Amino acid sequence: MSDMPDAPKGPIARLLAAPPDSVGKTLFIAVALCLFCSMVVSVAAVSLRPVQETNRLLDKQRNILQVAGRYEPGMNIPEAFASFEPRIVDLESGTFTDQFDPASFDDAAAAADPELSIALTDDPAGIGRRANYRTIYLVKDDNGDLDKVILPIQGYGLWSTLYGFIALEENGNDIYGLQFYQHGETPGLGAEVDNPRWIALWSGKKLRGDEGEGSLKITVAKGVPSPDMADFHIDALAGATLTSVGVDNLVRYWMGEDGFAPFLENLRNGGV
Amino acid sequence: MPQVKREMLIDPLVDNNPITLQVLGICSALAVTSSLQVSLVMAIAVTFVTAFSNLFISLLRNQIPSSIRIIVQMVIIASLVILVDQVLKAFAYEISKTLSVFVGLIITNCIVMGRAEAFAMKNPPLPSFIDGIGNGMGYGLILLLVGFIRELFGSGSLFGITVLPTVNNGGWYVPNGMLLLPPSAFFVIGLIIWAFRTWKPQQVEKREFTIQTAEAH
Repeated sequence: MSDMPDAPKGPIARLLAAPPDSVGKTLFIAVALCLFCSMVVSVAAVSLRPVQETNRLLDKQRNILQVAGRYEPGMNIPEAFASFEPRIVDLESGTFTDQFDPASFDDAAAAADPELSIALTDDPAGIGRRANYRTIYLVKDDNGDLDKVILPIQGYGLWSTLYGFIALEENGNDIYGLQFYQHGETPGLGAEVDNPRWIALWSGKKLRGDEGEGSLKITVAKGVPSPDMADFHIDALAGATLTSVGVDNLVRYWMGEDGFAPFLENLRNGGV
Repeated sequence: MPQVKREMLIDPLVDNNPITLQVLGICSALAVTSSLQVSLVMAIAVTFVTAFSNLFISLLRNQIPSSIRIIVQMVIIASLVILVDQVLKAFAYEISKTLSVFVGLIITNCIVMGRAEAFAMKNPPLPSFIDGIGNGMGYGLILLLVGFIRELFGSGSLFGITVLPTVNNGGWYVPNGMLLLPPSAFFVIGLIIWAFRTWKPQQVEKREFTIQTAEAH
């Protein structure tokens, strides 16, 4: 080295001075840049996560308020949400369970836990595993009587799992509203599940015939229904056939025997 | 020199606009312009990404091996876009839900990549940064123009504030529903390009060929 006084010292300085197109330099730049960029991105993701979580929770609560028709823009969401009573339902028996604390129960974690969930072989909603316990919300009217129940629903559409809520009247059969709070469907087509005009179609529809005693009839389908099906038919989204089929499957799944049907039956009979 | 920099900032607004003259970045311009608020956030996001990707790429331009330069540019642009996406999710959750995939798609916005390759690889950091801001603003200007027309005539409002009360809400204005759908942005951008080229005829491209007159039989 002593006969080359201009040669840069140290490995990094030597690499920086190397011609840009040498193999060593190319590898060095690629690795260094990737390391640096991944660090910047991870720091941003990790440090912003708490704020994002809060946002997500607020958004979920706002959607629950919305599906129950209790949301007004600008309201204090956590305060209004506090009047909703979360309960854990044992799907198998259709009864409430006090085994878990509703405040800390995590539906997503329960669905992933083999102790608390079952793997599905017949899986129309495309959810893989179904938790045995789900968080639902009871909405009371001013006299403290049960007004609505809000049930979580989820299932696969075209690209993504749609997460949402369905609000039922206290008879457990009439639909009050439906709302998805998280999905990744095509903007302008499948994402029209968020369109208020389409959501409004659900209001007043019924899950089952004969005051809830009959078979599950609710369906999302194209075309004009026969007169006797009008109460159970929601017009599919134009240009979003697979998303509509997904919504049909997931609503029918969660309202069916594998989902909340036992609970709804208990609700009708006043057994909860 | 300050004169040159001002030109770099002003030039992409009308005279060398990335959307109307270079016809780049059309895809996102179609998708996000149905309301002004979303257009504005998208414009700011793209300006930020273009400016800083230009800056960083220009800083590294003498070190970037030419064999992997596109990948290096993509890595820098992608990191910035993820940063923007994370910040939006943390501080503008509602808007980030509306923008959904389109923030991520800034990565593929031809304007960002085009400026990085055409300008930042050959120029010092400060001019590159200014060039990025200029081009981002040029993009944003068209976005806001299109957003203005689409929101005003499609929903009768501006920034969500009702200007023309619509029939659905008991007013008199019958909104043009087509303007809420992406194809309408094609027409609006086409009309803007027409207006720009009528105003500045030097933007009109020369014909690539002339139609021959047919000989009479």
